[in-house]
Amino acid sequence: MVAQRKGASRVSEDPEELARVSLQAVLLADSFTTKFHPITLERPKVLLPLVNVPMINYTLSWLESAGVEEVFVFCCANSKQVIDYLENSEWVSLPDFAVTTIESHNSVSAGDALRLIYERNVIHGDFVLITGDTISNMSLRRALQEHKERKKKDSNAVMTMVVKRSKPSPITHQSRLGTDELFMAIDPNTKQLVYYEDKADNSKGIIHLDKSLLMDNPSMSLRNDMQDCYIDICSPEVLSLFTDNFDYQHLRRHFVKGLLLDDIMGYKIYTHEICSSYAARIDNYRSYDTVSKDIIQRWTYPLVPDVKFFGNSAYKLERQGMYRASEILQARSAQVGPFTVIGDNSKIGGNTKITNSIIGQGCSIGSNVTIEGSYIWDNVTIEDGCKLSHAIVCDGVIIKSGAELEPGVILSFKVIVGDQFVVPSYSKVSLFQQPTNQDSDEELEYADNSSGIVEFAGTTDKSSSEQSKSLEMQGWPASELGNGGIGYVWSICEGSVEEEWRHSVAPIPSNKFEKALQAADDELELTQDSNVLPTSGELKSDSNFSDGDDNEDSRDDSIHFEKEVEATFLRAVHENIKVDNVILEVNSLRLSYNKVAADCAGAIFYSLMKFAYDSPHGSSSELLQNTTNIITKWKKLLKYYLADMDEEIEVILKFEEMCLESAKEFTPHFTKILCHLYDQEIIQEDAILRWDDEKKEADDSDKLFVKQAEKFIEWLRVASEEEEEEEEEEEEEE
Amino acid sequence: MPDVQALVNDFVIKLKKRKIEGSLATAKHTAELLRSVISHQRIPYTNQAAALIDAVKAVGEQLIAANPVELAVGNIVRRVLHIIREEDLSLTTASIAGLSLSAVSDDEDDSEKDDHPALSAAAVAAAARSTLRPPSLQTLLEDVPNQASVHQTSSSGGDSEGKSKSADKSSRSRKLKHDVIEAVNELIQDIATCHEQIAEQAVEHIHQNEVILTLGSSRTVLEFLCAAKEKKRSFRVFVAEGAPRYQGHLLAKELVTRGLQTTLITDSAVFAMISRVNMVIVGAHAVMANGGVMAPVGLNMVALAAKRHAVPFVVLAGSHKLCPLYPHNPEVLLNELRSPSELLDFGEFSDCMDFGSKTGSPLLHVVNPTFDYVPPSLVSLFITDTGGHNSSYMYRLIADYYSADDLVIKKRPSTGS
Repeated sequence: MVAQRKGASRVSEDPEELARVSLQAVLLADSFTTKFHPITLERPKVLLPLVNVPMINYTLSWLESAGVEEVFVFCCANSKQVIDYLENSEWVSLPDFAVTTIESHNSVSAGDALRLIYERNVIHGDFVLITGDTISNMSLRRALQEHKERKKKDSNAVMTMVVKRSKPSPITHQSRLGTDELFMAIDPNTKQLVYYEDKADNSKGIIHLDKSLLMDNPSMSLRNDMQDCYIDICSPEVLSLFTDNFDYQHLRRHFVKGLLLDDIMGYKIYTHEICSSYAARIDNYRSYDTVSKDIIQRWTYPLVPDVKFFGNSAYKLERQGMYRASEILQARSAQVGPFTVIGDNSKIGGNTKITNSIIGQGCSIGSNVTIEGSYIWDNVTIEDGCKLSHAIVCDGVIIKSGAELEPGVILSFKVIVGDQFVVPSYSKVSLFQQPTNQDSDEELEYADNSSGIVEFAGTTDKSSSEQSKSLEMQGWPASELGNGGIGYVWSICEGSVEEEWRHSVAPIPSNKFEKALQAADDELELTQDSNVLPTSGELKSDSNFSDGDDNEDSRDDSIHFEKEVEATFLRAVHENIKVDNVILEVNSLRLSYNKVAADCAGAIFYSLMKFAYDSPHGSSSELLQNTTNIITKWKKLLKYYLADMDEEIEVILKFEEMCLESAKEFTPHFTKILCHLYDQEIIQEDAILRWDDEKKEADDSDKLFVKQAEKFIEWLRVASEEEEEEEEEEEEEE
Repeated sequence: MPDVQALVNDFVIKLKKRKIEGSLATAKHTAELLRSVISHQRIPYTNQAAALIDAVKAVGEQLIAANPVELAVGNIVRRVLHIIREEDLSLTTASIAGLSLSAVSDDEDDSEKDDHPALSAAAVAAAARSTLRPPSLQTLLEDVPNQASVHQTSSSGGDSEGKSKSADKSSRSRKLKHDVIEAVNELIQDIATCHEQIAEQAVEHIHQNEVILTLGSSRTVLEFLCAAKEKKRSFRVFVAEGAPRYQGHLLAKELVTRGLQTTLITDSAVFAMISRVNMVIVGAHAVMANGGVMAPVGLNMVALAAKRHAVPFVVLAGSHKLCPLYPHNPEVLLNELRSPSELLDFGEFSDCMDFGSKTGSPLLHVVNPTFDYVPPSLVSLFITDTGGHNSSYMYRLIADYYSADDLVIKKRPSTGS
């Protein structure tokens, strides 16, 4: 009794203990993308069968076995189907495992979903954030414990991300799962995530790290062999962060990167690396293929077909990874190869060859059919002599005799392929017409759904065979899928041609592979090139330093920006372009790079000096002469951006740094040039004095130029009182 | 009733998810679950045994289907069924023999309901039977004709009882249930103490200055070796590590803490070391009716090496591991393939499993079976809680624990069709 009472009092004292009692999870049953179109038009992604079991069951049974007690399933696109499915499944009746659905019709992103969940106020403690297409068998215990301990020490540690080691292909720069190469910088001691970049191929294999990142972290390991499992252990603060930052949409692109860049709030994200257990998210058709094969190879044990983790579908595992349900009609001459799953009540005709494929329940496959690396869902009819390779065939599809599916084909629900018809590679066929404005709703699975297709879906859902016949009578474009075929072939939009082979179920064709190999070689050369021009890069980061705005995005930008400005300026010099036009061009650059006037001033000044420095000069006095000439010539351009004292200081700082680093020959002339700038009214005395003031606290090495300019500054100070009256006159002169 | 169903579901889920490991724990859980099923089962006036059997069978079927690889579940279900049949038989024979006594025994029952049932004639008979249980051909021969007549006697007996007294019936039904639960308790006790019973025999088998080889880790083997050590035998143990789970490391550590001279070797060194070994002692996952053994992976190799060098290969198995089924294709059908991650690091080999390049079919297959099948010809001796037996004797031993009617546990309609 005493012990009990003690326990009870401890619970009430320590809210974290209380939270540990019921672990909650948020499961997003919507991917908020269109990667699985056209299939997801008719059925939500989480209900798509993965090795003959709807995906969400893998996620739920993992959550259940990992000790999660309450799951909030957030449904958006086709929410009705998900809710119906869950209500009729075994999950609702399990003891100690509550599944609650939250429905929303106007959420278009993970961010919206989390904001809605925050409004509902159902999350009380740490929770697991996961999407309904994640397969895992990891144990959450360690990760949770680590998260809790960190949280106790530092309340800013709001999230623990689960990562797994998995090498990306060096040639195609994509992981096994078809996602882009991912770069992470992790502090090896604390496991803190300090950098996350998943769109690395935009920058052709170059990533830019901010200098401050290296300054702040004494040790840091930069990894490109990590795979993000999309399993996050979050503190409740995460939800409120989403609410505070209403522009966060994507979990990684906005939220994680946003937190990493934001040093004001100081929120931290940590990683937890899993070694022996499995975790992966199905993001596209390629990962669907990969994860299916991993399941068949039993990496996900005990979530494998012959263990009845869900439902009652019993498979027996036979030699060489053949999984067979108990009730199968298989002709004696049929050859069922290794790593194949065959569902209940399926019939397989004579001389049929099946390898590396998954066949659903109630399929009937004729004789002399060849099926290779394909995913055939339930109740599919494949007539004699068909050939399928690396295709996904959804429920109720009929493939008439002699038809052929080339690699990468996707046949959505109830499509009929006509006799002898060859469906070309990577084509997607659906009973629905392709939405016309695909680009606008790239991100919204839901939007597509509401655009008039819904009524149509109603009819096909009910459609018996007669109805589909009557539809045929109404004039299906018979030509599109051959004689007697039903369905629209979706055209591949221009931009994504490149993506098709990346994200398809079919293996990468050899010619693409060679091309990628070629590209990899080119890239190598390119990186060597880029090594030759370091000077501006160096300056770049320094300019950033003076900005006080330290992040690699802007750093990256400012390198480009400065180069552009320099090029513009040089062109202006060589082609005698008017100053006004140069200003116009620089302004447009400023807008496109989102820079302030100070950046422009710095960049232009840098260009001027660089030009002077690069122009031929015999002696250093000649260089000085050149410089003063150029400054005088272009002072109007420079002046344009020096509206404020800040910009002027920026110019001085820039000059100082140039003298220190890239153009040391300027060093002896620092005072003279500064004096010239003052004479030309480019820099006001206030700015110089202020610069001097700022430098007072700096250490001696920084004061080098202040000392050099000491006399000049002294003179300015003395003169400043008298000057006050003169100033007005001077301005009139100007 | 609903709470029993919840218990059953809970256990089924645990089995499905492979959350219970090891045949001992599984056997214990199964027996306890079946005990509560029996105690909650409402019993009709006629044919009580059949009602119990049906209830147990229904639950048993679910349990077996949940994890067909864990044979201990099926073994315990069959054992309990056998117990019910036995108790029913003894009750009927007792009541037929002592119809005159029945009034007296009724009074006894009424007065001291649950306290001293052992005084009743039937219980005495049951006790006598259980003392006789260690197998002897005579009892077996006696049992056979009896069992053939079970159905007639029980049904006709029930009828005749129905005519006699209604009060008698209710007490009898309570009695049957009670006796069965008693017997199941005994079974649970047996399972819990099987290690000690096996270990008691250790001194008979392990002699001074011998070298014993074992593979992987088994609690039975640990207790066995320690029991010999406690009896002042000094001997040495070679432990093969038992890849890929390396439980041999744990066993070695445990043996050392108990003061045994231990040598740890790799699995592949077994053949090299076997010539210096006097006896191989291993645990088992299950013992099949033909005397074949489902054992941790790697043991077939050890058994072959032992055979080659004429070293005795001794298998320790509690009686809950005796399975009345004959194996068919045991390497595949009774095996459990676990995750390849126990063998290799996914991260290091992930490029071999990149299905996007090349042909799209995996070139690397990783197979990680949990069990090996050791054919009966390679096993020299079985040591169970009842003593040492030859592998050819196993079917006899099994016939004593199970009744032939229960070998197939499936509901009537499916067997009928």
